[in-house]
This record gives sequence, structure tokens and C-alpha cells, in this order.
Amino acid sequence: MTTAAQQQSAGSGPDGARRSVRAWSLRHPVASMVVVRTLLGVLTLFAVSIVIFAATQALPGNAAYAVLGHSATPQRLQALEAQLHLNRSLPSQYGIWMSGVLKGNFGTSLANGQPVSSLIGPRLVNSAVLVIGAGLIGSLFAGGLGLIAATRRDKLFDHIASVVALTITALPEFVVAIALVIVFAVNTLHVLPAVSSIPQGTSPLSDLNALVLPIATLALVIAPYIFRMARGAIIEALASDYVEMAELKGISRKRVLLIHALPNSLPPVIQVIGLNLLYLAGGIVVVEYVFNYPGIGAALVDAVSNRDIPTIQFLVLIMAAFYVFVNIGTDVVTLLASPRRRAAR
Amino acid sequence: MSSQPDIGAITALRKSRTLGSRREWLVILNRAARSRRGAIGLMLTGLVVLLAIVGPVTAPHSDVGPVTAAFATPSSAAPLGGDVLGRDVLTRVLTGGWELLTIAAAATALGVSAGVALGIAAAYYRRWADGIIMRIVDVFLAFPQLVFALLLVSILGPKSWLIIVAVGISHTPQVARVLRSVALDVCERDYVKAVELMDTPSRKVMAGEILPNLLSVVMVELGLRFTYSILIIAGLSFLGLGVQPPAANWGLMINENRIGLVVNPWAVIVPAGLIAVLTIGLNTFTDAIARASLGVDRPAEEMVMATGIILDRSA
Amino acid sequence: MAGGLMAVHGSTRRLLAVERLRVVVGRSQIDVIDEISFTVDAGEVLGLVGESGSGKTTVGLALMGYARPGLTIDSGSVKFEGREIIGLSAAELRRLRGGAVAYVAQDPASALNPALKVGTQLREILAAHQPSEGAGAVQDRISELFAEVRLDAASRVLNSYPHQLSGGQQQRVMLTMAFACRPKLIILDEPTTGLDVTTQRHVLDSIRGLCRIYRVGAVYVSHDLAVVADIADTIGVMYAGRLVELGPAARAFRTPGHPYTRGLLRAIPSPTRAHVLEGMEGQPPRPGARPKGCFFAARCKFAVAECRAEFPARHEIDRTAHWARCIRAEEVSQLPALAELPLREHPPLGAAERPLLRLDALNATYGEHPVLHDVSLEVRPQRCLAVVGESGAGKTTLARCLVGLHTARSGTIQFDGAPLAHDRRKRSRDVIRSLQYVFQNPYTSLNPRKTVVTLVEQPLRQLFKLRASERERRVIAALRNAALSEDYMTRYPDQLSGGERQRVAIARALVVEPKLLVCDEVTSALDVSVQAAIVELLHRLKRDHGLTLVLITHNLALVRSLADDVVILRNGRVLEQGQKVLDNPRSEYALQLLSDAPGMSLV
Repeated sequence: MTTAAQQQSAGSGPDGARRSVRAWSLRHPVASMVVVRTLLGVLTLFAVSIVIFAATQALPGNAAYAVLGHSATPQRLQALEAQLHLNRSLPSQYGIWMSGVLKGNFGTSLANGQPVSSLIGPRLVNSAVLVIGAGLIGSLFAGGLGLIAATRRDKLFDHIASVVALTITALPEFVVAIALVIVFAVNTLHVLPAVSSIPQGTSPLSDLNALVLPIATLALVIAPYIFRMARGAIIEALASDYVEMAELKGISRKRVLLIHALPNSLPPVIQVIGLNLLYLAGGIVVVEYVFNYPGIGAALVDAVSNRDIPTIQFLVLIMAAFYVFVNIGTDVVTLLASPRRRAAR
Repeated sequence: MSSQPDIGAITALRKSRTLGSRREWLVILNRAARSRRGAIGLMLTGLVVLLAIVGPVTAPHSDVGPVTAAFATPSSAAPLGGDVLGRDVLTRVLTGGWELLTIAAAATALGVSAGVALGIAAAYYRRWADGIIMRIVDVFLAFPQLVFALLLVSILGPKSWLIIVAVGISHTPQVARVLRSVALDVCERDYVKAVELMDTPSRKVMAGEILPNLLSVVMVELGLRFTYSILIIAGLSFLGLGVQPPAANWGLMINENRIGLVVNPWAVIVPAGLIAVLTIGLNTFTDAIARASLGVDRPAEEMVMATGIILDRSA
Repeated sequence: MAGGLMAVHGSTRRLLAVERLRVVVGRSQIDVIDEISFTVDAGEVLGLVGESGSGKTTVGLALMGYARPGLTIDSGSVKFEGREIIGLSAAELRRLRGGAVAYVAQDPASALNPALKVGTQLREILAAHQPSEGAGAVQDRISELFAEVRLDAASRVLNSYPHQLSGGQQQRVMLTMAFACRPKLIILDEPTTGLDVTTQRHVLDSIRGLCRIYRVGAVYVSHDLAVVADIADTIGVMYAGRLVELGPAARAFRTPGHPYTRGLLRAIPSPTRAHVLEGMEGQPPRPGARPKGCFFAARCKFAVAECRAEFPARHEIDRTAHWARCIRAEEVSQLPALAELPLREHPPLGAAERPLLRLDALNATYGEHPVLHDVSLEVRPQRCLAVVGESGAGKTTLARCLVGLHTARSGTIQFDGAPLAHDRRKRSRDVIRSLQYVFQNPYTSLNPRKTVVTLVEQPLRQLFKLRASERERRVIAALRNAALSEDYMTRYPDQLSGGERQRVAIARALVVEPKLLVCDEVTSALDVSVQAAIVELLHRLKRDHGLTLVLITHNLALVRSLADDVVILRNGRVLEQGQKVLDNPRSEYALQLLSDAPGMSLV
């Protein structure tokens, strides 16, 4: 990568351009990864939109009939078909939808005739609060417990924590939610509301009490995975050759743990946190439903029950976009945390 | 270059793991079932499965007609009380499990076999197939499993076969990813190359050399995915988008009886508890399987990343 | 060219005095090492030699009061400057380790933390043991140390992560860390494994120089007798967890007192003399399976009935500081180590023989990266051609091209008179069976899920249509040719030792009756005593079965012992070739290789 070679290639057309792009990407591994992954991500989203479209409008059976169900009179069928452009060919239906999406127009809800985006906007924020809150609290809490368990391996704390973790991973979210409801809202401690009473349109932060149980449920649901990975990764790091070498150099236990072991255990933990954030996108569906929390999860359940196709399409697209960006974020953070992968190869 | 280190000899002594006997999967299952964790898991799972299968035959009442008052407390006629419509909770509990189990089992079988095949193919055919398969997998990974099922169900309705297909397909990308990652390692091994040098056709290499070395991973995946299937399908039923009322279904029961939680909690607690025991048991047994196959030339880190189950070296 | 100084002390306080050291498995009474006693003086280098499983690493670690997880130091004493180490508190041990007693690990790539910069890892050891020094003094010290180990570009190295450095640089960093706090005793665990011959030479020189300058005592643990011969003043030989011989290096190597030591010497190929190698059948007993009496008796040529009665005590030889745990030690030491090892004969070169394999101007790349340039060579029938080179020279790529696993860019390969397709998929079955390959690592070249018979008959099933009985007959014949009995047929690879596994791999290659066998570093992963058996097996196959061999290796001594013709590969190019390359090297590189090769002093 000498400057002479760069100068030589700089002015020589597409080949030179390719080489200078390559040189740039070698020097900025993180930035180039973000660029590449974002482009790939956009492509993925296009593919996702095709799948969503296929599932909702391309399946056999008349979508309009499915939507209207019993109340399907010929006139209403026709009207709905026109509204959903069902009389056009499939590719042009898709084209109409996509061009709308790219302009920011996500269609009109079949349930109440409002533009989908305005209905969903505030709900999106509400759900974001849940996901971010649960993600932060769950990760910190579980990560800390994992660190403690790794250092007290095979002792009582470790055993209890591991068993509890194993138990919680096996439970469905709604069971965890209901268990929390039973404990905190109904029987023992009438502390928190069993059902969210946040009126539509107000910020969820206005009534923090209503946030506690949903966030606690979600945090509990993801905590065990992060706990086990943190514990496992730290144990692996502590069993490594370089930790043994550090001990044989006479380095203190504390420094060995925090400076030697911890940085090496970050990458897998970050990966798992990313995976769990993605899982939360689906987890909020049930949890919001249980607590009647005004977020996009509950909205999806309603939309499916009402067969509100445009809303369904929009919501699933959002969740997929969330997936793509969390994925990129996770990989960026992992790259930043592992010098080995960062080095140009 | 050191071949077998001292520690290898010592560990071999401590836990004489003679692997390589025939029917390796039986050996692993056997070992798992005999460990403490495995025994507990198997017992819990077995209890619930038994109840679910035998239940419909032993149910005292019909599961659809009212037997007592709505949310009545337990009585001699209805040992677990009445549900939201006054039906016998015990009967509905007994009849509400088998459909959940069979649908979950079918979805798991579908999803795991497709995922294993795709994952191994992607790893083996590295160059062209890998790119295509993994791009498609990435697209489907963007859908949370429950959401994907909801998507398909939204138009065609909650039919059993659709749920099986939807849940099954939602497993495939994750299984494919896991299998691809462990298969990549195996594909590079010298013994696979040695067999390739004998001019062996690709599918024989994949089935005869690669797959047998991934058995333990496949078993763990089966266990894990079965657990997830149950959770998702119960969740679908909970949301009212699974098996439709008036049929009995544990997930559905939890939802429809929620409002009467303070009056007759059994209508919620028993089905929830059964699902919980089943999935805890399954998870524990799967964990035992993973531990039992440790030491079978499987790098611990791969297993960890692949399955999320952490295995102790000392265990 | 023994290194270091033998200190002659008047005082009774030795640098290191080990007395009946014993390490067991967990809390059991199964011992890993026992009855280990020796001393080390300031400036003295003790070479602790043994094969894998002998416990030498365990001894080395125990000298710092450290036992790997799963092991416990049970009893015995380790006195460093008169002070007992076993039983010190964790804090006291920490003060000792890295400070007064330092350790150099075997694999620097895994001993250095991949997430921390090299500078951080260096500075922390200085900070831990000499915290009062200011930043400037620390920097000076580091520069000084780098110069001593001949590591340049100090600031770049300090700012790098370990994976950005070469193997040799990494190991020099490890040496720097070890000598940083001016320790009195250093324990080195095979520090030159995996390094090039030239780099190995430099590292050994550095170690020797530093030990001499600072009067540091060293315990050098290794399985490589040649390397140890170059650097040690005293030799200790370990077998199955026991110290079976101890004495001054010259004496121990020229007139060994223990049959095992003698056996080792006879199994090592020499870089100067092409002699037949004598392997030792069998394996050392594992912990918990050690018999009564002498552990080596089962494999020993000198064993008599009394040997099995009880574990032999130390028998002095010639009333010197040289002893061996053998009741016939005096006798054994009278016999010269390499007595009656006949020289290898090379078959005469037939004048008009057509080469069996011929490469012309072969070019190969790895992606964009060129690996082989214009390689041309010939392999004559029933002879062994050795392809020698250091790591990165392109040997493996060449081997893979021969066998079709790697597609060469240009050039031709002629096999048995006909052109050979570069891609194995385009080769006929007949060609495939005539040209067979044995992999380097016997631990990964056999499918662990299959029995020996399934493994060996697989090529038969693939390439021929034979009845089951015929297949079995051929499998048995192949196993026999590889010196394995029929009992092996139903075993699984994990029940076999490294040498046995490699023989199964060879049998698998032989079962189709090939004309040419490509052996890719087939002894690198094996112990010394086992290597000899494999080398002799290959030689026998060549002589008795008319097999032609292409031997890929970096071990010059091995080449001397087995090869008829030699090709030296450097950076993907053929540097020299011919029959007498090792005797009359023409290029400077070849000369350098030969002189860098360790073990010159052994014979």
C-alpha cells in the first residue's frame, strides 16, 4: 500500500478507482463495513417487502374476501378490491405499494380509514421505550450477574443463578408476564397496575408505573441468555492460555479479570445482546397485548385480528428494518471490541 | 508440535468418555438421561407429555359444555373449578395439550430437517450455493418468529397445517445458520478432504462424513427448537390466533381465563404451569444432551454461540 | 556447542533445589509426576526432555508453584534460593512469578492476549514487580531489552496487537517479558516449537546470550533433543512422569545410562549422517495405568525379571553426577549410543529411467497471491524425493497441486507418461488410485465416527467394484503392510495412538495399490520415537513394494534419513535439486539451513 502505487493507480480509470476504494476501505474498516452492510440491508429490506407482500396479497384465496369475511357483499368486495388494487397484476400491485412506501405513504388502515403512519407513529415510540429500556436493564443486570457467577463458579450463587436462568428461558413471555402480574399487581403487592392505562397519544413516560411491569417482563425474558453467555464467555476467557500467562507473570487477580479476561469476553456477549434485542421485536407482541400497552406489538395483534392488510404490512416492515439496523449495530460494536478483526487482512 | 497433552490423558481418565461406539446418538441420549439434569428434565417432560396424550381419554366431562358456574371455585364435580364459560377446568386441561404437542412436533421436524439440509449444503458448496442460501436465510431471519407466523395466519386464517408450515419455516433460517457455522469447521477437516480425494460424490460426502459429526448439534437443535415451537404455538393460541375456540388449548385457556384470575386462579395457573413444566423439562434435557456430547471434538465456543447453552469444562 | 556456564559454587544454597516433587490428579492419588529431584545453579541450563505425556510441562509449571486446573501439587519441595515455594500464599506466589522466576510459554500466539497491545502486556509486568520506576525508566528498560533479543522497530511492535506480529517476533516479545524484571530463574516450555529453523536459531542464541550475561538459571523443557543438545549444560530425561536420567549433557547424550534415553537417540534422524532409524514400539503408560516396577520395562530391550519387581532407584554412573534409574545403567552407558545403526543405502540411479512424475513450470496462486513460481522437478520411480523448505515456501501448495486439491494456474504435470489434469475432479479413477496422499495430522485425517476397517476400505468402495470378501482381504493386506495387525480393524481412531493413526492413514492410501505416495509432513505431529517407526515403514514400502515417494518436510534430518533426491523450495521457487544437495549445497540459503539445523553436536 505504498503511496507510489496509489498515485500510479489513482488516475487510471475504473481499475484505479477500484484500487483506491479498496485502499480506503482497508484504512477505515469500520466505516466501510457500515457502508457495505447498509447497502446490503436496504437490499434485504426490499426482499423482505416482497415476502411480506407475497404473504398478504399473493397467497391463493381472495384477500379481500378474507378481510371482509362474513360481511362480504359483492359491492363491498368490489370496493375493497379497488382500494387494494387487487384487480391489477401482482407485480404492479407490489409496485404501487413500494412506490408509496418510498414516498412515505404507507397506505390507509382498513380498520379505521386513517393513514397508517399517523396511527402507528406514537406507538412506535412507545415500543421503542420498552425495547430500549428492557435491553439496557436486562443486559446490565444479566451481565453483572454473569460476571459474579463466573468468578464464583460452581459455588452456591452460581448454581442457583444457573437454575433460575434455565427456568426462565423455558417460560413463554405471557407466563412470565402473568406471573409478574400475580405477584406485583394482584395478590401480594398491589403495587403496580395490571393493565396499562396510558391514554392514546400521551407519552408513556408520563406514567412510569405503567412501564415497570412490561419492561420488567421483557428484561426478565432476555436476561437469562445474556447471563449465560456472559458467564460462559468470562469462564472461557479465564481458562485461556493468555490468562494463565498473566497469572504466571504475577499480575493481580483483579487486573487479570478486568483487563485481560473481560475485553475478550465482550464480542460474544455483544452478539447475544443483539440477538436478544431482535427477539424483543417479537416479544413485545405478546407483552403489549397482555398489559394492553399502546405499542406496535399490540397494534399488530389488532391488525391481524381485523385483517387490516396495509397496517400489517407496515408493521412487519418496521420490525424487519429494526432487525437490519440492530444487526449492523451489533456487528459494528463487535468489530470495535475485537482488535483482531479490525486489522486489515 | 504436541500431540496429546498431559491434560488430555488425565481428563480421559476422569471421565472415561469412550466415544465412537455405534449408534452414537443413542450413547449420548443414554448418558444425558442418566445425568442428574437429564433425569429431571426427562421426568418433567415425560409427565406432561403423558398427561397430554392420555388426558383426553381420562377426562371426566366433555370439554365444551358448561358444568358449573363461571369461575366457580373447586368442587367435587370440578376439582379445578370452572372456567370463563363454566366448563370444567380439569377436563379442558386434560384435553388441551395433545394438539399443541403434535403441531409443535411437526413444525420442529419440518423446520430442523430443512435447516440442517440447507446449512450443510451452504457450508459444503461454499462458493456459489453458500451466498444464495445465506442471503435468502438473512431475509427470513428479519422476521421475528411469532410475527412471521402471524403474517401467514393473517390472511389464510389459523389452520393447523398453516401453523405447522409457518412455524416450521420460521425455524429453518436459524437452524441453517447454526448448522452452517459448525459444518464449515467440519468441511475443512482432513478426513473430509481424504474422502473427496477418493472421488466420492458430494451428497455422499455430506451425508456420510459431515452429518455424522454434527449429530450432537442436531440433537441439541431438535430439543431447543421443539421448546421454541411450543412457546410460539402456545403464544399464538394465547393471542387467539391459534387453535380456535371452543376447542381446548392451554395457551387459549390462559388468555380466556385471565379476567377471572382473582376468582378462580386455577384456570390460568394450571395450564400455564403445565406449559412451564414441559418447556423447563425439555430445556433441561436438551442442556443435558449438550453436556453429554461435550468432548466430542466440538470446540466449546462454537457450541456456545450456536446454541446459547453454556457448557462447563468441568462438568 | 553447549551453552551457558556451569557455576561452581562453594555455597550450599542452590538457585533451585527440587526434592521428590509430586503432582496428582485432582484430589485422587493418581500421580502425574512423582519423585522428581534435581538442582539448578545460577547460570546453568537444565534441559528437561521427554515426549508428550511425560509430565515435563507439569514439572516446569510446578517450579512456580502452579498446577493446571484439575491437578494438585501433592507433596515434595521446591526451594528457590533456599526458600520453600510449595505452600506459599497466593500473594507471595504472585510476587515471585514474573519477578524472580519467569516463564516463557510454548505458543506465544495464544499466550499473548489478543485484545491488548503488546506494549500494555510488557509494561504491566514491570509495573507489577517494579512499581517505583518512572515512565521514562520503564521505556529505557524496554528499549534495552528489545535490543538484547534483537527485536527492532520497538515503537511499532509496542503499539501492535499480537496477531500483527510474526511468530518469531511474538516469541521474542515473550522473551522480553521473561527477562524484563531480571529474574534469577527462567522456565522455558518448548519456546521454539513452530518456528522456522533460522528463527529458532536466533531465539536459542538470544536465550543463551541472556542467560550468560545475567547469570540466570534456566529450565528448558522440550521434546526436541537436538535443540536441547545445543543449549543445555545438564540433561534430565522424563518418562511417564518420572525423571529417569540426569547428568551433564555431553555424558548423557554420548553415553546414556537409561535404555529410554538411548532409544530416543537412536530414533532421531541426524542431519549429518543418513542412518537407519530405530523406533520404540508401544506407548508410555498413562497416569493411573502405570505398572509395578520400571515403567519402561515393557518396551525395553535390556529388561530383565528384576526390572518389574520395583521401581529402580538412582544408579550412579562412573561415580559422577550422572545417574539413571535403571539397574543396568552402568552396562548401558558403556555401549555407544548409536552403535550398529547401519547407514542408509540409496538405490543407484538407473541412467535411462523415465520419471514417474514430472512438473514443468508450475505456477500456483492462492487467490491473488502467487505461491509457486515456475516449479519444475522430476520424481524417479521407486525413489524418494524430498521437498524441503520452511513454512511459507509453498510445500503444502505443491503437494495439493500434485494430488489435485489445488488447481495450478499454469504449467504441466506428467504422471506415468501421460498429462495429469490439475483438478482432481477431472482425473480418471485409475490415475486417482495411482497417486495417493497421506495427510500431516493423523488426529484429523481419520473420521472419528468410523472404524478402522470402514476407513481403510473406503477408497476400495469408491474406486472399485469388489465383493465384500475381496475388500476385506485387501484391507487386511494393507494393514499388514502398515505394520498393523487384524485386531485394529474394529477399533475407532480415538482408541489409537498418534503413530497407530498415521499407520491407518498410510494403510488407507496403500489399499488401492498406488504407484506414488505423497507424504505431507507425516511425522510432524508425532513423537520422536514414533516418527522413527513411520520413517522406517515408509522406507520399507519403497524398498520392498516399489513405491515411489514424495516427502514434504521441513526437517532436514528426516530428509537425510529417508530421501534419495532432494528439492529445496524457497518462496515458491526451486532453489536447488539433486541427489547430493545436502552434502554439497551450492546456494547460501541451503548452507544456512544446514548450519542452523540443531543437533549437530549429538553425533
